[in-house]
Amino acid sequence: MNIHEHQAKEILKPFGVPVPKGRVANTAAEAGAIAREMGGTVVVKAQIHAGGRGKAGGVKVVKSAEEAEKAAAAMLGKTLVTHQTGPQGREVKRLLIEEGLPIARELYLGMVLDRATGRVTVIASTEGGVEIEEVARKSPEKILKEVIDPAVGLLPFQCRRLAYALGLGRQVGPFTALLQALARAFVEKDCSLAEINPLVVTQDGRLLALDAKINIDNNALFRRPEIEALRDLNEEDPKEYEASRLGLSYISLDGNIGCMVNGAGLAMATMDIIKLCGGEPANFLDVGGGATKERVTEAFKILLSDKRVKGVLVNIFGGIMRCDVIAQGVVDAARELGVTVPLVVRLQGTNVEQGRKILADSGLAITPADTIGDAAEKIVKAVNK
Amino acid sequence: MSILVDKNTKVLTQGITGATGQFHTRACKEYGTKMVAGVTPGKGGTDFEGIPIFDTVAQAVAETGADTSVIYVPPPFTADAMMEAADAGIELIISITEGVPVMDMVRVKRYLDGRRSRLLGPNCPGVITPGECKIGIMPGHIFKPGRIGVVSRSGTLTYEAVDQLTRVGLGQSTCVGIGGDPVHGIGFIDVLKLFNDDPATEAVVMIGEIGGTDEEEAAAWVKAHMKKPVTAFIVGQTAPPGKRMGHAGAIISGGKGTAQEKVAALKAAGIRTTPSPALIGQTMKEALQR
Repeated sequence: MNIHEHQAKEILKPFGVPVPKGRVANTAAEAGAIAREMGGTVVVKAQIHAGGRGKAGGVKVVKSAEEAEKAAAAMLGKTLVTHQTGPQGREVKRLLIEEGLPIARELYLGMVLDRATGRVTVIASTEGGVEIEEVARKSPEKILKEVIDPAVGLLPFQCRRLAYALGLGRQVGPFTALLQALARAFVEKDCSLAEINPLVVTQDGRLLALDAKINIDNNALFRRPEIEALRDLNEEDPKEYEASRLGLSYISLDGNIGCMVNGAGLAMATMDIIKLCGGEPANFLDVGGGATKERVTEAFKILLSDKRVKGVLVNIFGGIMRCDVIAQGVVDAARELGVTVPLVVRLQGTNVEQGRKILADSGLAITPADTIGDAAEKIVKAVNK
Repeated sequence: MSILVDKNTKVLTQGITGATGQFHTRACKEYGTKMVAGVTPGKGGTDFEGIPIFDTVAQAVAETGADTSVIYVPPPFTADAMMEAADAGIELIISITEGVPVMDMVRVKRYLDGRRSRLLGPNCPGVITPGECKIGIMPGHIFKPGRIGVVSRSGTLTYEAVDQLTRVGLGQSTCVGIGGDPVHGIGFIDVLKLFNDDPATEAVVMIGEIGGTDEEEAAAWVKAHMKKPVTAFIVGQTAPPGKRMGHAGAIISGGKGTAQEKVAALKAAGIRTTPSPALIGQTMKEALQR
């Protein structure tokens, strides 16, 4: 789960990560009032769940409350397109107004879960304020790493080693404290990624997290209700959110063939083969292991709410679930919802013959298919007719 | 011969009194698996359809000689169940549960360091040696004894692949689901090593997906060490970046972990791949005919 920059900072601050003074504004007037109260130079920052905001005009440094209000008015309601938003961009609905700081140096500090080692790894670099992937590609020698042993946590000597390599002088102590605080927050909030880019050294020698990005492990939300409460529905696809509430795994894509599949791997395979056959999948949808009538009905509702969908492919490998039960579920759901687009159903597994008979006897315009290849060819043909 | 499990494997179920634990314990027993014990704290001394239940894994091991455990407990308790099994000296710990917090898995992996236990999963269908032993949630009837090893990150896609293998006349030695989570137990290389040393396995089908670099590392290992044919299919060619495709581990992040990169690495290692999920069985058949 993604959260906003201001939320990430609010989470990190109590752990002991220094952040600039700042407040959230939802209107231009609020932005002006906050800037007036702070006085001096402030930074107006668009709050969207995507990086690259600076380049897209989502970060403005201003010298007065009037300018802050003007910058806020220009930003609110505007759609920002960055390299992380996709071409459709994201609408700006809230802003973070922060004190402006005299910056001497910009560093990079990140923490990721390294899948290969199964451990949390600290990444640091002298090249702050730019994309770290870019640094890793162009000058990998500038990427510093420390692996955290979960038995003892991040150790002070590891922090010092990084601090000296980053060329920090009198900030070695504060850097160690900051990094250990970040590591504690990472574990205690079940993060899957934490990034401070840039971490700045101010001209008066202070160390602060100028930006902050945190991703939380979805699997851990059951024990982090305070994080779940930070969910911003404006940043999520309404269909994806609705599906997740129903326990379905759904991702919107750009095509016109709706897919309903059991199991994540088979669902991706179904998308892939539609593409191979010359079609375009409209979505990823995993109905899960138990494809009951209720779940199939809910899944159909979500699929058909996408008006671009010109046909639906149901691909179920009935293992534990019997094919006759699934077939009845598909028939009932299609009848109840009055499905009018072409519907190709591929069933495989236990009781497949009874399942196919139920589909054939339903009187509905359902095209049966034997294999995953056969199913994809049939739906692509039906949609392209 | 086979890998990991065979007709002598003695299995205990952790979470045997839950609905999922009961359903699959019964199905595995019917398949012929030696289900020797169950564990549910507080239910010790009772039984499930003749299978004795114990309060702790250590008691169950001492009383029944169980060497393998399958875990069906809910996500908040899964890590504890894994570590309890490891502490009791279980050789193979199989975790079916989906939704285990990744930070729990970081701790479990550290706990397993230096211990003899192997962990399979979490978020996996389990392991089956057809005709001998089935542990997990896969439908037993689609598998056929034979000489092809299967290792996969996915559940139903494994069934699809196995079904295709069986249809082209290729039975399976052992099928292993390593699971779809970013931090998990044994991986492709561990399983490939076992298949390489198993006289009953003639060739291996590997099914990977987007996210991480396990497939790339496996490709390098195959090139350097594998003595048997390996064919592969990578799912997720059409998956958009930055989105979790159902499995917690199936995500392209920072431009890394794409299907294209993985296929390129596999091809460079001389592994025959197919872009079509409909041709997994056929690709293996062709590889064996060469």
